Amino acid sequence: MRFMILVKANADSEAGKVPAKEAINEMGKYNSQLMKAGVLLAGEGIHPSSKGARVKLSATGAAPTVTDGPFAETKELISGFWILQVKSRDEAIEWAKRIPNPTDDDFEVEVRQVFDAEDFGEEFSPEAREAEARMRASLERK
Amino acid sequence: MTGDAYGAIDAIWRIESARLIAGLARMVRDVGLAEDLAQDALVAALEQWPRSGVPDNPGAWLMATARRRAIDRIRRDVRLERKYAEIGREREAEEATTPDLTAEMADEVGDDLLSLVFTTCHPVLSTEARVALTLRLVGGLTTPEIARAFLVPEATVAQRIVRAKRTLTAARVPFEVPSGGELDERLGSVLEVVYLVFNEGYSATSGDDWMRPALCDDALRLGRILAELAPGEPEVHGLVALMEIQASRTAARVDRAGQPILLLDQDRSRWNRILITRGLAALRRAEELGGPLGPYGLQGAIAACHGRARTPEETDWERIAALYDALAQLVPSPVVELNRAVAVAMAFGPQEGLDLVDGLADEPTLAAYHLLPAVRGDLLSKLDRRPEARAEFERAASMTHNAREQEVLLARAAECA
Repeated sequence: MRFMILVKANADSEAGKVPAKEAINEMGKYNSQLMKAGVLLAGEGIHPSSKGARVKLSATGAAPTVTDGPFAETKELISGFWILQVKSRDEAIEWAKRIPNPTDDDFEVEVRQVFDAEDFGEEFSPEAREAEARMRASLERK
Repeated sequence: MTGDAYGAIDAIWRIESARLIAGLARMVRDVGLAEDLAQDALVAALEQWPRSGVPDNPGAWLMATARRRAIDRIRRDVRLERKYAEIGREREAEEATTPDLTAEMADEVGDDLLSLVFTTCHPVLSTEARVALTLRLVGGLTTPEIARAFLVPEATVAQRIVRAKRTLTAARVPFEVPSGGELDERLGSVLEVVYLVFNEGYSATSGDDWMRPALCDDALRLGRILAELAPGEPEVHGLVALMEIQASRTAARVDRAGQPILLLDQDRSRWNRILITRGLAALRRAEELGGPLGPYGLQGAIAACHGRARTPEETDWERIAALYDALAQLVPSPVVELNRAVAVAMAFGPQEGLDLVDGLADEPTLAAYHLLPAVRGDLLSKLDRRPEARAEFERAASMTHNAREQEVLLARAAECA
């Protein structure tokens, strides 16, 4: 199963401050541990929301609206993520516990399970079946 | 602490056990004994942690506990007296120079883990024993998990592991990374074990399910670990590339009813992009190490041709045919020839492919290989030779033991009626 570890933004990350050299080194060591354990699928740091935007899609079919960052509610923003392939939720949590705190404050991450195909259940089937049917038809025409 | 402590201990075991066993095996020069010691430490953790809480550095705690037990056990064991003296000396020397156990572990751990992998995949063991021992000692799987994965009774797996450990001890297999000319051959054995585990998950040879994805994940994990332990070995990256890209198709390979969907019929939007990207990166690592690609690298490159194609029509079949040609020269095998025939048929037409397949008809090693008649049936049906195609599909269906695959083949036979 796969888990995403979401790193919450803080004032520093939103201000675009680059972490101290020591914190970067520690994080590098941690990432290397994840790699050596064969569990790291992906992981990225995310720029402050001032470099991003929000795109709102309407329920009525009106044109999407775009709002440029930054966004005020820092604690609801994220500043990075890892995706881990592990055997259990406990294992994902155990890895999260080992993240070196890159700040001088309390530091929180959120551990969330990533959907796998089988988690979609029956909801996915009509669409998938239709896509397959289309694919087969196009192949047969060849 | 709550009942969750046991879940946490499980997770810690999964993360730490291989390094723990590897470090202990370096001390006692016996992987069987090393695992017993690690298990003892685990039992101690299960007794203490639910009361006292999980220590800050659980890996170091387990290692310290296991080491103490190693010393105790060796002390009791007269036959190992000399070994104890050695370890005592080593230990004193180590403690004098590196008081920080964690730092010491971090430095040594790479070599130890690699030695462990080479030992559990040692050619003195049967293939089944290598697989079971590697999954258990390196992959951190329990005996029941291995038994479930391979659909064999727990007792069978337990027996295999016990015998394997005895064999290693009896044969005095050294706990080390082989060097020189031996390295290539031994690495081949390691990669073979990993790929075997992957394949058992990817196209199960028995049972009702076509895939057992958990086993693929276990193999991928082993492969990714190896890639970090032996970054200079192109074939390790080649194998990782092959597995990542094949695994990227997991969600697209089976329909809701559990029926397999063949590569060209798959909905490519369901291919896992992260795994494809990782696979292509692994292939690049293999290529950048220089020299011609080995068998796994070539297979990874073939998988990459499919991974890069956004639609089946975009597939570079000429390149795939050329890669199979290179593979056939490196490891001549009728199965590779059969795959080359399929690629040739796609690149240059079904008749060209059929000519190659017909050349394989009397190949004794393919006599029981259901994909030979399956491919032949497919090419015949493309040439509109329907009665012949039908007979081939029926023959293929009668040769496979996988229930799902059988259904697909029979359905294709029916289409040719």
